[in-house]
Amino acid sequence: MKVGRVVGTVVSTINSPVFDGRKLLLCDLLGTDGEATGGYVIAVDAVDAGAGEVVLILDEGTGARQIVQQDPAPIRAMVVGVVDEMMVDGASVITPGM
Amino acid sequence: MQLGRVIGTVVATMKYEGLEGVKLLIVQPLDRHLDPEGRPVVAADGVHMAGPGELIYFVGSREAAQALPETFVPVDHAIVGIADAVDELSPGSGS
Repeated sequence: MKVGRVVGTVVSTINSPVFDGRKLLLCDLLGTDGEATGGYVIAVDAVDAGAGEVVLILDEGTGARQIVQQDPAPIRAMVVGVVDEMMVDGASVITPGM
Repeated sequence: MQLGRVIGTVVATMKYEGLEGVKLLIVQPLDRHLDPEGRPVVAADGVHMAGPGELIYFVGSREAAQALPETFVPVDHAIVGIADAVDELSPGSGS
C-alpha cells in the first residue's frame, strides 16, 4: 500500500460502469518524510476521506475488485484508510490532527 | 489511475485475437496540474467515447484489459473515464 494526501477530485460522467456513483480522489503520494514525492494517483474512495487528509492507498487490482465486489472490473487504486500517525525511524512524520 | 490527454489514434488491421474492434488511442500522461509528464502510450478505449483532445483517466497493467468487453486480451493501458473536471481541494474545504 501507499501513503498519500487527498488534494483533489476527478469529476466524470462517462466512465467504466464500476466507477458509477463512486468518488475519485486525486492523491499526492508521500515519502517516508511525509512530504509529496511528486507522484500522484487517482484512487476510488472507500472510506469517505476528505480534502487534505493523509490516506492509505491500495494499488492492487484483486483487492480493489474484492472491495467493490465486481470482477472483472478495470479498477486498481482505492483509498482504504485514513492515516492518523506515521512513524519512521522513531520520528513522527505524520502526527495526529495534522 | 493517472490523468492523460488523447493526442492521437492508432489503426492496426492485424491484431492479436480478441482485440478486434478495440479502438486504440495515443495518450499523453499528465501530472496533476495537467502538464505533460513522461512519454505517450497507446491505450485501448474502454469507454468507447474518447477522442482526440479529451482529458481522460486511464488504468495500467493487468487491470487495463478488464475495461474491455473481452477481458483476457493483451492490453497494458486502457482509458476508463473521461474527466469533466479536476478540482483541487484545499484542506478543510469540506467536500
